[in-house]
Amino acid sequence: MEQHIHPEPKAFIWKYVFSIDHKVIAKQFLWTGLMFLALGGTLAMMIRWQWAYPKTAVPVVGALFLSHTGGAITPPTYTSIFTMHGLIMIFWAITPILIGAFGNFCIPLMIGARDMAFPKLNMYSYWMFFASSVLVILSFTSQLGAASAGWTTYPPLSTNVGAPGWGQTYMALAIFATGVSTIMGGINYIVTVIRYRAPGMTWFRLPLTIWGMWLTAILNVLFVPVLGSAALLLSLDRLAGTHFFVAGAAVGIQGGDPMLFQHLFWIFGHPEVYILILPVWGIVGDILSFFSRKPAFWYKGSVFAMIAVTVLSAVVYGHHMYQTGMAPLLGLGFEMLTLAISVPAVVLFVNWLNTIWKGSLRLEVPMLFALGMVFVFGAGGLTGLLLGTISTDIYLHDTMYVVGHFHLTMAAASFLGSFSALYFWFPKMYGKQMDQNLGKVHFWGSVVFITLVFGGQLVAGYSGQHRRLFEPYQYTYIRHLAPLNRWTSFAAFALGATQLIFVVNFIKSILMGKKAEQNPWHVSTLEWTHCASPPIYHNFDIVPTVVRGAHEYADPAVKKKFGRDYLDQVEPGLSAVDEDSSAGMPEPEAIGAE
Amino acid sequence: MRLTPIDIGSFWLPRQTSTLAPEVDAGFHVVYWLSVGFFVLVVGAMAYFAVRYRRRREGEKTSSIDHSTALEIVWTTIPALMLLGLFAMGLKGYASAAVAPAEALEIQVTAEKWLWTFTYPNGTTTVNELGVPKDRPVRLVMSSKDIVHSFFVPEFRIKQDLVPGAYTTTWFQATEAKDVAVLCAEYCGTGHSDMGAKIIVMDEPVYKDWLEKGGGASDLPPAELGKKLFTQRSCATCHSLDGSRIQGPSLKGLIGRSEDLEGGASVKVDENYIRESILNPGAKIVRGYPAAMPTFQGLLKDREIDALIAYLKSVN
Repeated sequence: MEQHIHPEPKAFIWKYVFSIDHKVIAKQFLWTGLMFLALGGTLAMMIRWQWAYPKTAVPVVGALFLSHTGGAITPPTYTSIFTMHGLIMIFWAITPILIGAFGNFCIPLMIGARDMAFPKLNMYSYWMFFASSVLVILSFTSQLGAASAGWTTYPPLSTNVGAPGWGQTYMALAIFATGVSTIMGGINYIVTVIRYRAPGMTWFRLPLTIWGMWLTAILNVLFVPVLGSAALLLSLDRLAGTHFFVAGAAVGIQGGDPMLFQHLFWIFGHPEVYILILPVWGIVGDILSFFSRKPAFWYKGSVFAMIAVTVLSAVVYGHHMYQTGMAPLLGLGFEMLTLAISVPAVVLFVNWLNTIWKGSLRLEVPMLFALGMVFVFGAGGLTGLLLGTISTDIYLHDTMYVVGHFHLTMAAASFLGSFSALYFWFPKMYGKQMDQNLGKVHFWGSVVFITLVFGGQLVAGYSGQHRRLFEPYQYTYIRHLAPLNRWTSFAAFALGATQLIFVVNFIKSILMGKKAEQNPWHVSTLEWTHCASPPIYHNFDIVPTVVRGAHEYADPAVKKKFGRDYLDQVEPGLSAVDEDSSAGMPEPEAIGAE
Repeated sequence: MRLTPIDIGSFWLPRQTSTLAPEVDAGFHVVYWLSVGFFVLVVGAMAYFAVRYRRRREGEKTSSIDHSTALEIVWTTIPALMLLGLFAMGLKGYASAAVAPAEALEIQVTAEKWLWTFTYPNGTTTVNELGVPKDRPVRLVMSSKDIVHSFFVPEFRIKQDLVPGAYTTTWFQATEAKDVAVLCAEYCGTGHSDMGAKIIVMDEPVYKDWLEKGGGASDLPPAELGKKLFTQRSCATCHSLDGSRIQGPSLKGLIGRSEDLEGGASVKVDENYIRESILNPGAKIVRGYPAAMPTFQGLLKDREIDALIAYLKSVN
């Protein structure tokens, strides 16, 4: 595709606010996401406080926001807290940081494009997201409290039957709005990767990061509309008096079907789990190779495993609904598919282990976070087996075990993966180096306390404690778990405190970090080898022609000739005959670029 | 709840008191230890590699291996076969849990915010207490009046959602004559945490006697019976006795006080107002509170209503 060079805007408002530059939009998503991460994290601390010291005044936060109860959490406040924690973390923290920020930043730079395919759509995507953020904040100001129907928003609880007031309505609308933003972003990512790869950047020369982002964008475009429709129908039930999801005594025989919402929700909700992990798999696959100075082991296997997960992700969702009274045969079908999806996950995992085997591991901060992600994902994936197997899931469903499991995969793995990305690309984003020592403290604190927090939840869960209990210890058979819960809470508070180290490091590095070189990690992808730190407005003066994949490390002959252990994706290499015959020749689909 | 550094108690599955529990737990143990084994293996390998192959000096030689077909076939096939094994196990356990024996005793269960009602074949109804005979299969036919709830008995290892506008079923056979906790496992709003019930497992003759007397008839003095009912029938989920606001108005100092009602009128609280509010809660709603209380018509006998009133007077 012909890629024009647009003149760089000079006015502040066009340069930093309503910018169409993917690098600026990436930072907008990053900052908004980090703010919501702090908000969602604070809510998590409040939940943990309630389980450690039930019904006592919450320090600091309680005095600020709960003065009417003397700082203590009441049952209605508690339900709002855990509902908002879940929704905020998924839709307003992980999604914008991982997909909004790093998808936007990495896709054009890593495939050799000057911007996204639709720069203006990209801008609308951010501002739509911003509008949805305003609705989230409005929900907190609602007179009857913020949304309180759980992050899954199951009706009839989430209709006026169970959750009257504007708080829940604002959140239903916010989910719809952020869904629209995500779809706009997704379309942009898909088209950009298909149409704007640099000449020679064939599909199998794409960094794994791009594969992860691209597959995630496809899932977003396919399944977020399903969530959007469900949110819209729910809004109609709340505002216009329709009965799509209301049944039972409240509406007599004119009722709708509450189960319909659960199906719509999970046919989105299960792919969502993969939406939040596919980019991480890609990023970690690349970073493990870069920092081990070795090729990514079985690159094509990793790519096909990610594709297999993408395809299967939509047909496993029924395992969230084993207990709803679905036909047993259907349950078994979902069980089979659920277990099947772990095969590609195993392939990815073993590829990571093989990638670091016999490497020369540079245990710098991005690599530490990537290894940490492999660790928590191992735990998260394996704890899923007990939930995929129906007979054991009947007991474990809706216990703290489920909470521990999905936090290890969705929260911990996505979170460590996102930080791996942030420490890795920060020099490219801001042109500054982050403090590596503070980064290491941040890593060790995060990974140790994450393990303790979510490990504690797993144990409490299979010991019988179930989730969303305001006062768990009124049940005698779980009373003995109170000390365990309190220790888990201490670990959670420590995890929260550890994040302050990151905040200090992040701000300090932006303001007065050491200037970063163009390629401080000595890696082979285009954004490091052919872009300044930070990149110029249109990324590349001359769009490079790619001749090889992103993981060319460990060739002794290269070392002898160039004095370094890698080849970038563009340079000619040892000599023309050493390359395979197709290399250097643009694939037909890429001809015409530049 | 005093906390000492080493006091973290013991953690394992709750007691097994149904015929299903040992079967579920056998599966749990297999998958649990398999997962632990694999976790140690793969994370151990990662940690070992991270230490063993960490960079010791600049310019180390690294392996350029990027493929091994034999290995790849092995580690794709072995997990796939193991997963088939898990599937078969899940299938067997699920079949036991899903299909009740034909001769099972059938009891109707209704859930609503935030209490459980059980109706027996002879027409007896109990609230938040389910009496069942030991060693006999019991099949529950369940529905919800308002939102989705879930019937969870940890010691029986059973869990089944209750959905408005549809019936769902589950079954169990209790193996010990004891009280067993029931929780609502599907989040159902502010009272979710308190939506518990009790299964009273009895030897067959005791159960027969219990059922004939209408399910736990009591000869306690009125105020004491009222105190028991106040928690048992979920009154305490929404009404405090210490003046604090939960869902509904606090019942502290209730008798004789004047309440402002929705719509502008007011009422002086006496025995008749309490009785009306229990049987027809929507009639006079206290201003500023949602009309959320379910009716107890048919769920409380006259003697029990008298007892509740007596209890409220005693704590006035």
